[in-house]
Amino acid sequence: MSDHPHTHPAGPASGGFAPVPPALSQTRRAPINYLNAAYSVRSWLLTLDHKRIGLLYLIGVTFFFFVGGVAATVLRLELMTPGGDVLHSPDAYNRLFTMHGVIMIFFFLVPAIPGVLGNFLLPLMIGARDLAFPRLNLLSWYIYMFGGTAALILLIFGGIDTGWTFYAPFSTTFSNTMVLPAGIAVFITGFSSILTGLNFIVTTHTMRAPGMTWGRLPLFVWAHYATSLIMILGTPVLAIAVLLIGLERLFGIGIFDPALGGDPILFQHLFWFYSHPAVYIMLLPGMAVVNEIVPCFTRRPIFGYKFMAGALLAIAVLGFLVWGHHMFVSGQSMYAGLIFSFLTFFVAVPSAVKVFNWCATMYKGSVRFETPMLYALGFIGLFTIGGVTGLMLGSLGIDVHLHDTYFVVAHFHYIMVGGSIMAFLGGIHFWWPKISGRMYPELWGKLGALVIFVGFNLTFFPQFLLGYLGMPRRYYEYPGEFQVLNVMSTAGASILAVGYIIPLIYFIDSLRKPANAGRNPWRATGLEWQTASPPPTENFAVAPVVTTPPYNYDPAEAEQTPWNPFQPEQEPVHVG
Amino acid sequence: MVHSADAHEPHIIPFRTNLAVFIALMVLLFVTVGVAYLDLGPLGLPVALAIATIKAALILLYFMHIRYASRLQWIFSSAAFLWLGIMILITMSDYLSRGWLNVDGK
Amino acid sequence: MSVESPAHAAAHGAVGHEPSQPHGNGHGLVAHQFEDAPQQREAALLGMWSFLATEVLFFGGLITAYVVYRWKAPVQVAVASHHLNVALGCINTCVLLVSSFLVALAVAEAHRGNARKVVQLLIGTIVLGVAFLGIKAVEWTADYHEGLIPFAANWQIPSHDLEILAQRGIDADQFGLYKLFWVLYFFMTGLHGIHVLVGLGVFAVVAALVWQRRRSKNFANLVEVTGLYWHFVDIVWVFLYPLLYLIDRHGPGH
Repeated sequence: MSDHPHTHPAGPASGGFAPVPPALSQTRRAPINYLNAAYSVRSWLLTLDHKRIGLLYLIGVTFFFFVGGVAATVLRLELMTPGGDVLHSPDAYNRLFTMHGVIMIFFFLVPAIPGVLGNFLLPLMIGARDLAFPRLNLLSWYIYMFGGTAALILLIFGGIDTGWTFYAPFSTTFSNTMVLPAGIAVFITGFSSILTGLNFIVTTHTMRAPGMTWGRLPLFVWAHYATSLIMILGTPVLAIAVLLIGLERLFGIGIFDPALGGDPILFQHLFWFYSHPAVYIMLLPGMAVVNEIVPCFTRRPIFGYKFMAGALLAIAVLGFLVWGHHMFVSGQSMYAGLIFSFLTFFVAVPSAVKVFNWCATMYKGSVRFETPMLYALGFIGLFTIGGVTGLMLGSLGIDVHLHDTYFVVAHFHYIMVGGSIMAFLGGIHFWWPKISGRMYPELWGKLGALVIFVGFNLTFFPQFLLGYLGMPRRYYEYPGEFQVLNVMSTAGASILAVGYIIPLIYFIDSLRKPANAGRNPWRATGLEWQTASPPPTENFAVAPVVTTPPYNYDPAEAEQTPWNPFQPEQEPVHVG
Repeated sequence: MVHSADAHEPHIIPFRTNLAVFIALMVLLFVTVGVAYLDLGPLGLPVALAIATIKAALILLYFMHIRYASRLQWIFSSAAFLWLGIMILITMSDYLSRGWLNVDGK
Repeated sequence: MSVESPAHAAAHGAVGHEPSQPHGNGHGLVAHQFEDAPQQREAALLGMWSFLATEVLFFGGLITAYVVYRWKAPVQVAVASHHLNVALGCINTCVLLVSSFLVALAVAEAHRGNARKVVQLLIGTIVLGVAFLGIKAVEWTADYHEGLIPFAANWQIPSHDLEILAQRGIDADQFGLYKLFWVLYFFMTGLHGIHVLVGLGVFAVVAALVWQRRRSKNFANLVEVTGLYWHFVDIVWVFLYPLLYLIDRHGPGH
């Protein structure tokens, strides 16, 4: 995690990236890298360097993550007791869970991994100097920050109470809140996503280093490619859906109003055509990270590379065919529901391929339980629980019972928090030496991962039970018999909150120390580890040529070589 | 830096080809207007869409150079239409099958 | 993966940084992140195609809504559509097709490095684009005077149409779908009009840049990429015209 805009109002340049540590500068000049190449605020805010833009995203998403987290904390406090004790009004509760959902989905989960790690690593991994369109990349960050700031302002001063789904006709006809500005904010932010996806696609196609064939691409790149396809093909439909909501609110034209001949289900079709694939926009980058971590900490090539790459694309494509499973009880035709339910099971196949292949990669490997690997293991386990409960929800009969209960809430938090956020944190730990040139404290890292894992499960597992017992979502009061499980959930949330603050603190703290990580502390394969840490602005001193397959780990080497990535290197590797 | 060989040299389309495509487009425009005034029964919409698709294909292939472009551009230019087809097809599968079941609202 | 320090340039030929190539393709300077001009050209074209894929689905959301409502209410849609002026729509289609033709010629001239002709053709395109919007404005104004703009205060279903709808067995509570045709018509043609307007602005800038770079001849990619956008705007109209204007023209309702 990075410095917080509130604590450093002067902007990213004044933030924590302490340039040359005194101890080091006395002995020898630090090599020029992307961080110390220039220090002015301008050199950050107008940067075209994908690595700096990645850090700008890191600041943005960290900020929005904690904003959304504060909302979640208040929600959990409210739900500790059956009555309305904290917020005193169902309206305030509705606004708060909408704020939590809108911020977390549109301004944290969607941009988090692609914006931060994707931007930083994609060109490095394919051996390019930058993304294909650096200016568009910077523009997409500004669009994101503009949309996010606008959304935050209106969510605080007024808010909306529709939930992040903006369902018509409530959002168009009945809600008295700021649906229109929120729709505009989401519409604008969509373009940030589209530009990022476009940039990644073109970069992957045209900027690969000599020898970097499609069969040698890291799965991280494959996953971001699949994500980008969803971004450019799905996001515009969401844009149209919220535009229609806006028009309906402004003019009462009746496009989603059954009283005027319109069809509210049409909104759900348009909305979920984007928003179901958007689940994979949030999840596939998480898989991207795990794909890199698991082989490295197992010291084995990834099992079934081609199937892993194919599974990523299959998830992206199949994800577009199943949106109606969100609409089983909406009034959609029962036959369409059957088809959607049937197709939903197909998505499970490539997802299961991923999980089985990660396990097969670890099988008989010398697994090393450093912090990134703990997060990756957390991802695999929690994603499996989230995925299997997703199949329960995807079967038409069970969904009628479980729809709009806490079971659904628990399910998607296992995917989004247990999956995406675990992977995001794992990825930040894994590449922190590359990003900052510094190692994080391993003991604190392991402790943080453990606290998050425990806190997460304590928060969300009781919600499965609550949902199965019949507690509906989006209510701020509930019958007393649900209180025990709700108190457990709230207790877990407080542990989770502590868990998220631990990495924030030690990451910022690690910036005070000299850059000691060296070029490749994990002895990982991949082009990004072949250049200096932090990398120079032009990424590679010598243009790389790729001659070997990806994940070229040697299991035999792992038995012999001692493993201590946290030993500071005596001789930092220099560029050129 | 993996290029298809044909992307290196942009293909310059001769004036004659551009003119022929343009004339074909104009002819198809008048055909589509004329056909609209004939009673084709349920075929009216498919015929109109077929003509529009031919026109779009001509523009894509010649004016937008897809015929001479890399295979990648072929795929990209058709993928979006495929996705649009998926969206319309699956959405309509809901609307078309409503009322098949003799239960209100299903 | 291993990194060697090999003759990268040898694998790819010398990086062409010369502003004007002898064969006059006019690729000119290569941005820092690219190796050579062909790579830059492929990236630019692919970027535009990706953007157009996004655009297809942007209009696609509206087309899906159109398909749903046309299926739900074929009569209301046909009756409403008969107010549209087929002749003006046809002229406008001609205008756009001619403009697309000019852009296609401009792209060919740009590859020949002929700046003067490119600028002339682009100015011709801009004139036609303005004409398109002018004709559209005439149509919209007529619609307004008939009270057919659902966003305006004077909206009402013409009494003549009410009679036809009743004659054709449409219940009064289904008349709302008549209005939805107009909503979709204005939304689709409006969104298309915005795209035309953006295209005009883009071409004005492109024409100025081409003229500025007439000596370095570094404008072929620029013209080709923006040309793709204009052709796409043309394709959208090629579909909108029959979908909106040419519905059951033989049938009753005139």
